[in-house]
Amino acid sequence: MMEIGLSHYLTVAAILFTLGIFGIFLNRKNVIIILMSVELILLAVNINLVAFSVHLNDLTGQVFALFVLAIAAAEAAIGLAILVVYFRNRGSIAVEDINLMKG
Amino acid sequence: MVTSADLYSVLPELILAVLAMALLMYGVFRGDKTVNTVSWLAVGALVLTAIIISASPDTEQSAFRGQLIVDQFATYMKWLVLIGSALAIIMSMNYNEREGIQRFEFPVLILFASLGMLLMVSANDLMSLYVGLELQSLSLYVIAAFRRDSTKSSEAGLKYFVLGALSSGMLLYGASMIYGFAGTTQFDQLATLFTGPNADPGVGVIVGLVFLMAGLAFKVSAVPFHMWTPDVYEGAPTPVTALFAVAPKIAAIALLVRTMVGPFGELFEQWQQIIIFISIASMLLGALAAIWQTNIKRLMAYSSIGHIGYALVGLAAGSEEGIRGIGVYMAIYLVMNIGTFCCILSMRRQGMMVEGISDLAGLARNQPMMAAAMAIFMFSMAGIPPLAGFFGKLYVFMAAVNEGLYVLAIIGVLTSVIGAFYYLRIIKIMYFDEPAEAFDKMAGREVGTIMGVSGLFTLLFFVFPTPIVSAASKAAAVLFSAG
Repeated sequence: MMEIGLSHYLTVAAILFTLGIFGIFLNRKNVIIILMSVELILLAVNINLVAFSVHLNDLTGQVFALFVLAIAAAEAAIGLAILVVYFRNRGSIAVEDINLMKG
Repeated sequence: MVTSADLYSVLPELILAVLAMALLMYGVFRGDKTVNTVSWLAVGALVLTAIIISASPDTEQSAFRGQLIVDQFATYMKWLVLIGSALAIIMSMNYNEREGIQRFEFPVLILFASLGMLLMVSANDLMSLYVGLELQSLSLYVIAAFRRDSTKSSEAGLKYFVLGALSSGMLLYGASMIYGFAGTTQFDQLATLFTGPNADPGVGVIVGLVFLMAGLAFKVSAVPFHMWTPDVYEGAPTPVTALFAVAPKIAAIALLVRTMVGPFGELFEQWQQIIIFISIASMLLGALAAIWQTNIKRLMAYSSIGHIGYALVGLAAGSEEGIRGIGVYMAIYLVMNIGTFCCILSMRRQGMMVEGISDLAGLARNQPMMAAAMAIFMFSMAGIPPLAGFFGKLYVFMAAVNEGLYVLAIIGVLTSVIGAFYYLRIIKIMYFDEPAEAFDKMAGREVGTIMGVSGLFTLLFFVFPTPIVSAASKAAAVLFSAG
């Protein structure tokens, strides 16, 4: 039977992180998907932190992960609020419509 | 265990936090008619915090098991941040009233953002670094979208939020890598880990460091992570742009300096190349991209990208002299930018704000005083002696030359010559073009006073440079004495 070790967790986290980054840059459809990608990045970091914390037998990483969770919640709330304000003004949340300022 | 010594060393932050929450409650119960009271009280809170900061002893104190550190570097940078925030609140009052966005949340949000900046400047652990940074960023996202019925402002807020969140994600990923491969998040322990003859940081820490630097470069808007800056500067309400140009930049530069010189000081060879690269790229982009701009706020965005490039020259030198250069540069940058934004805030025609550079045409004939002030700021930003901006550049370039970074210094001088073109073009438009319609008279004395005082500072800096230079050198010395 295969033992699941630190490197597996790190690989999962790295894949999630990359997916998050690509989700932000390649997505041309909807801002909500960007918010989801941001969340994905933060969760990848949390997996990293908790895996390292267990591996090092040190609590700091788990405390850090709790902070990240709390701040991620606040960040999502503020992001959605800004998005609602934007939608009221523009009537659309398509990424390609966010182009009022360029240069 | 939290001891009273811990609480005592974070007294300024505690007081600012309590006052900000008290003002929030006051505003909630009394409604929007109290905006002016809340704004002045917020300025008072910032002044009070600054007084308490300067009253604290000069010795280095660390609080909460090394999460936060209070030293002279922190004190100096906190002063700059608080001055920038307080002036931004004062500048916003008249503007917000005329634009019909007078809400009491505005000064309160600036207070929370300043609190975050103070924590960033004091951060001595990756955890407190992240929490401070997010407290600042989350408040600023909201302020950028503050004019909520304007498409431009909400678009600026949205762009700032998406790119800011991405940058914090990268910073965090870097922090998690550093934690995992070094086994600690505390700056002092990290520093001891990398010292010694057979200390090997390992690839994991280096990768983490690169991610961390990418996140921080986002916050100081250094190339290649600058793309949010022009859009956010243009879209946000003008006093908000003035705030963005000064306080968060200073706090983020302070954070970058502390992180690089403190825990990762021994890895100088690894990060120096990155800093040199982003410094050169920022100076070049700041000089070249600004030439084609027609909107003055957008131009200021590129100008600030360039200025960050110059400040990073000091960090690339990595010496005490270089950090002193950054300290002096940020103080001068603060004053020049506040002054310029006072001029931009006064660009109002028949009650409407105008932002085109061509709208400044013939300003010298209509409003000679404002044109003179603007000319001083532009000459200073271009780095023409004997104005303040020249000395800022001089200190960082000297540090670079003394460390043997000749190429970097030469590129810096060349880009500031190119950059001088667009600053001088503004002066030419003001003084030699056919006058456009005159601007409205300035309402309220505050903006004019700030403009005048910062103009005088910029003009007369060469007479009394000592207080700022000696404060900056004390601040720089403390970063190097410990390590």
